[in-house]
This record gives sequence, structure tokens and C-alpha cells, in this order.
Amino acid sequence: MTAAAMPERVVSAEQRKRARSVGITYLVLAMVCFFIFTRRPGDAGFRITETSQFTLPAQGFGWALGIVLVAVAAAQLLRGFGRLSNVVLALATASFFMSFLAWAAAGDSFSFVGMLQDTVSRSVPITLGAIGGILSERSGVINISIEGMLLAAACTSAIGASLTNLWLGTLVGVLTGVGLAAILAVMSIRYKVDQVIVGFAINFFALGVTSFISFRVLVPNRDTMNNLLPVTPIRVPLLSDIPFLGPIFFVQTIFVYFSFAAVALTTWGLYRTKWGLRTRAIGEYPKAAGTLGVDVNKLRYRNLLLAGAVAGVGGAWWPIGIVGRFDQNITNGRGFIALAAVIFGRWHPVGALCGALVFALAEAVRLKIGNFDTGIPSEFLIMAPYVVTIIVVAGFIGASRAPKAAGQPYEDQ
Amino acid sequence: MSETLKSLRFTLLAVIAALFVSAFIIVITDIEALGDGNFGQAFSTLGTAYWGLFKGSFGSLRAISNTITGATPLLLAGLAVSSAFKAGLFNIGATGQMLAGAITGLWVGFAFQLPPIIHVPLALLAAAVGGALFGAIPGVLKARTGAHEVITTIMLNGIASFTVLWLLKTELFKREGRDDAISKFVEDSAKLPKLFWFMGKRIDLLAHTGFIVALLATFAFWWLLRKTTLGFEMQATGFNQEAARYAGMKTKSLMVVSMAIAGAFAGLAGGSEVLGLYGYASGTVAGDIGFDAIAVALLGRSTPIGTLVSALLFGALQAGGRQMQVDTDVPIDLIVVLRALIVMFIAAPLLVKAIFRVKGEAKAFGQTFRGWGG
Repeated sequence: MTAAAMPERVVSAEQRKRARSVGITYLVLAMVCFFIFTRRPGDAGFRITETSQFTLPAQGFGWALGIVLVAVAAAQLLRGFGRLSNVVLALATASFFMSFLAWAAAGDSFSFVGMLQDTVSRSVPITLGAIGGILSERSGVINISIEGMLLAAACTSAIGASLTNLWLGTLVGVLTGVGLAAILAVMSIRYKVDQVIVGFAINFFALGVTSFISFRVLVPNRDTMNNLLPVTPIRVPLLSDIPFLGPIFFVQTIFVYFSFAAVALTTWGLYRTKWGLRTRAIGEYPKAAGTLGVDVNKLRYRNLLLAGAVAGVGGAWWPIGIVGRFDQNITNGRGFIALAAVIFGRWHPVGALCGALVFALAEAVRLKIGNFDTGIPSEFLIMAPYVVTIIVVAGFIGASRAPKAAGQPYEDQ
Repeated sequence: MSETLKSLRFTLLAVIAALFVSAFIIVITDIEALGDGNFGQAFSTLGTAYWGLFKGSFGSLRAISNTITGATPLLLAGLAVSSAFKAGLFNIGATGQMLAGAITGLWVGFAFQLPPIIHVPLALLAAAVGGALFGAIPGVLKARTGAHEVITTIMLNGIASFTVLWLLKTELFKREGRDDAISKFVEDSAKLPKLFWFMGKRIDLLAHTGFIVALLATFAFWWLLRKTTLGFEMQATGFNQEAARYAGMKTKSLMVVSMAIAGAFAGLAGGSEVLGLYGYASGTVAGDIGFDAIAVALLGRSTPIGTLVSALLFGALQAGGRQMQVDTDVPIDLIVVLRALIVMFIAAPLLVKAIFRVKGEAKAFGQTFRGWGG
């Protein structure tokens, strides 16, 4: 009987521990407010449009938020917020972030909406890479090669789009992603090579080949082969007129809409369709799925190719969605951030999207307010998102459960 | 044919297959020559490139010295990845651990005035300790909260890089008269002696005794795995954490210790670069070594001897690649392609067997990393 009673107790002990660490986090945030965010005088202007803005008094906001956070921490540690605890956590984090921005921009102003717009745009390759990761790992194949797929697709789509048009360029990127995914699939499914090794080999291969092509082909033929006009944002009628949120979400390039659609479709597909049930089954317990008549390896092939295609669109975002050309190692580790987003989001598309938005926000913040002289070395501002990620993963997420069969080749009996 | 010979044959065939594919890439990207229909020129470029690759890695004493110089940090950082793999942990954080070791080694290197016989070992020890402390962080995080080391080590790499960039500009570390992230020089007494000191004053022979340190570390890794209880428990945890815990092993402390050991190896890599090769530290002291080290460990199947051989191979490719870039217009990035292909082909003996129509059984490659769980 103890075995039956155990799960509940274990969970509640874990919840207590989590509640305590959340409470301590509130206290730490309050201290940061008191000792850092109250140090710079002046009002911070958050520009909404070209003509309108709201201002926050940096010091006043810092003191007020600090006091509120102490109260929240006390309530959290003494009795907790029950079902509201996640709402409180989200509100506290958002206010803390606003206080941070007010502190950084005190006595100055910056385009708040522009920053959030930029965040959404920059989340595209991370989200799509993460979807690629989720599709393959949910079907039981570890995908370390997201970085390689993004990078290779970025390179070929730049060449394709420069030589033909943006659509064909994107298609070339998609095909490149599919091609690399095919290598991953054949190697790990047919030849049963260690999936991590293939993944890393693909990353190195993509890095090497694209750098090689960049130097040997693209640099000498820059104007003809690596020069294109990226897509322009599309205004969604009506929705883009919503104040504040409109420009952030609905004045974006087609890549952003595709990425949101991919998240929605993957979520729906994984949890509401036969395909999704089978996919999750072959990622958790392929033997059972195989016994019930699912062709495990065939479905793995299909899902991996799909993953490659999605990551291919993500790679095409660099040349076609924003930059207009390919540079050596243009992805600069974003594929690994996508991998982190997969784990961060517990192999769920929406969770991965949240992770991607957090990383993209960090990047956008750095670009927008990195120029303000805050008296704190810029290196520390740049590394803040890394620290935050560790705190979030260690403090709130903890051990995430991966698809059980990820990494194991499947043998037909 | 004995097992060793067989596996040697497969390795050789894998390298040949990789060279073939790279040759294809060199030829088809020679757009100018191909555009003129001048196949002869494309192929002669190929010949010069591969000759340069050989000449630059083994063709002279200087080439051998360059190979060793390149292999030294790859071997130490490779051990950092291999040792973590043995304990079932995926250490992507060798870069950060190298930087930590580079900084602590650097500090001991310039802050003290000691006779070389004490100073060198002390500075190396400091590097190992710095790397170990930094490496232990993801271990502690995983043991206490379950945070996955793949996330935490990637993030710690970022933290280490920017911390080092900042540190190198502080009064303590910065070089007189420089505003960028570059450090003072270490004392001469802390410098690792050159490996070919007996060749007199040949300053082109860069290889240093960090290589000896790396060889000793490889031996230590072997000894740890084969002769100690700790090594046995590490491997048991890596093989099956649940079983190891039921057998009474303290798997959580083992996680921390394994990551600390891994960090110590990487820290030595950073330290030996600072004390042996550069004599100072800059923001790029770790370069891509931590990343390449993952390939070294994968290729070496996480064994001591395998890591040694693949580090030497990668070092040779790097040294040869530089010569190739000088001799032809083939960029050194080809080496990255070549490495990827070698790793791929060696990992897939079944594929190599199919390509070369070799008879006999191809031994499957053991699994390096047991999934995300645990």
C-alpha cells in the first residue's frame, strides 16, 4: 500500500520545494529592485508609436515594485497562492522586466513596440528549429543537428533566392533541410548509427560546407549569388489595427505567420490526430506501437523529413526574412538555443515557442538598449539571458521527461 | 584478422571515403575552372590541396610540431567530453570550462614569482581547479534540481565567454596600454617548456610540453576508468543510473564529481594554451576547441586511446589545412567538412562496408549518449 500512497507525497514535497524556491526568487528580485533599479534617476520613455509613448519613473517604479515583491514573497512563503501562483509569477516577472527596462532607459526613451516586434521576428528560426527538434524527438530520434539544418538551409536559400526568386529560394532551403534530415534518418534508422554522433557530424558538415562555399563561391560572386531583397512585413487587415498588440503580432513577415501556424498545427497534430498518437507512441514505446501494426521506421522517416522541412524554413528566415544575404556561420548557435527551447518547453510545441520568445526577447533587448550607459558593464547585460535561463530551468522546470525511446534504434521483429 | 586490425581497416576506409567526398566538393566548387571547362586545372588544384594537407601535417619537423600543437588542447578538451560521456552526461560546456581554467591558470601565471619547478605545476593545478569548479556547476544543478546539462552547459559557455571578456578588461588582468580584451603576459617561470627545446632556437616549433600533460591526463583517464572504484561507479551510473542507485552508489554526488573531473580536463586545456602556446589570454583563447572536442570524443568512442588518436588526427588535419589554404585557394573550412565526414563514416561501419563491398562483420558502434532522460 505504501507504493500507492507514495506518488502523492513525493509530488507534494516537490511542490513545497518549488513553492519555497519561487518565494526566495521573489525576494532576490526585490533586492535587485532596491539595490540596482533605484540607482538611476529620470523617467524612461517607452515609445508605442512614432508619436505616442508612456513614461515610467525609473526610481519610483523600482521602489514600488521592490516593496510589492517583498509582500508577494512573504505571502508565497507563508501560505502560497494556490491556483493563482503561476499568474502571480508571470505578473511579477513582467513587472520586473518593465522595471529593468525603466532602469536601463532612465532619462532616455526607446521604441518599446519595436523591441517586441523584433522579438517576435527573431523567434522564428528558434521556434521552427525547435519544432523540427520536437517532431523528430517525439518520434524517437534525437535531433542535435537543428543547427546544421538551419545553417545549411540559410546558405542554399540565399543562393537560390539570389539566382531565382524568394519563393524558389525558400523551397531550396526547405529541400536542403529535408536532405540533411534524410541523412540523419538513413544513418540513424537504416544504419543504426548513434544519433548524437550523426547529429553532430551533420552540424560540422553544414558548418564546414557553408563556410567553404561562402569563401570559395559566394565571396567572389557576391552580386549574383548572394544578394537579394528580403520579404517585407504584411499587415493583417483589422488585426493590425489593434492598439499595441496589432503591430507586434500582425505587422510581420510571412515567416512569422508560418511559424505560429507551425506551432498550432504541430500541437493539434500531436495531440488530436491519429498521426500524433502514433508519433508519440513510437517515441515512447515503439515496440508496443509496432506490435499494434504501426510501421515504426516508416513513420520515423516521414516525421524526420517533415522536421527537416520545417527547420529549412527556419534557416531561410535569415537571408529571405531579414538579412538579405548569407554570412559565414550566420546562425551562430541558434540551433542549439532551439534545442534548449525543446527541452525548456518539455517537448511541447507551445512550450518551445515560449522558450524561443524568451531567447528572442533577450536578443532584442540587447540590441535595443545595449547602447544605454547603465554603469554596469555591457557584458553582464548580454549574459543576463543565459543566467535567467539557468535560473528558470533549475528553479522552476527541473527535470523534464524526454520521449522515452529517443536515441534508440528500432529493430523490426 | 584480429579485432584491432579489423577496426583499423574500417577507420582507414572511412578516412578514404571522407577524402573522396571532400575531393568531390573541392572540384565542384571550383567554379572558375569548371566554367571554362578546364577539368585539368580543377583536378590539379585538388592534387595540390591534398599534398598540402599531408605536407602541412607530417611533411617536416615543423609540420609535426604544428600537428602536436593543434592536438594538445583538442585532446584535453576531448577528455573533458569523453569522461562526461562515460558517466552518462553530455558535456557541451568544454568551452566555458576551458575559459575558466585559462583565467585561473593565467592569474597564477602572472601574480606570483616562483621558481619554474613550482610555478608551472602550480599554474596548471590552478587551471585544473578553475575548470573543475566551473564544470561542477552543471553537475550540482542536475543533481539538485534535475536541470539538464545540455541546457546549462550551453548557457554557462555564454556566461564564461562574456565574463572573460569583461575580466580581461579589468585592472587585474588587462595589459598596459591596451583597451581590448587581452591580458598581461604570464611570468617566464610559469611558461610550459617547448617540446623541441633540444632543437635550439627554432622559434617556429610551437609544440610545448602541454602535450606531455595531455598524455598524462589521458593515462589518468584510463587509470580512473580501469583501476579505481570511482571510475567504475561513474561508468555504472552512465550505463544505467537506476541500477547504479539500487546498487548503493551515490549517483547524485557521482554526477557532480564526474562533471568536476571533466571540467578539470578542460581547464587544463585552457591552461596549457595560455601557459604553453600564447603566454597570455584573450577572448578567443578557447576558440572552437570546446565544440571540436565533442567530435573528438565521439570519434574516439569516449575511450582514452580513441580520444588520443582522434585528437592527433584532428590536430594533423588542422595543421595540414593551414598549409593547404596557403598553397591553393581551397579554404581551411574544408577541414571541418572532412572531420564531419570522417566522424560520420567511422560511426557507420555498415555504410562503409556497403560502399567498399568489404566482407565480414562490421562491428556496430556502441551508443555514446543514452537519451535525454535521467
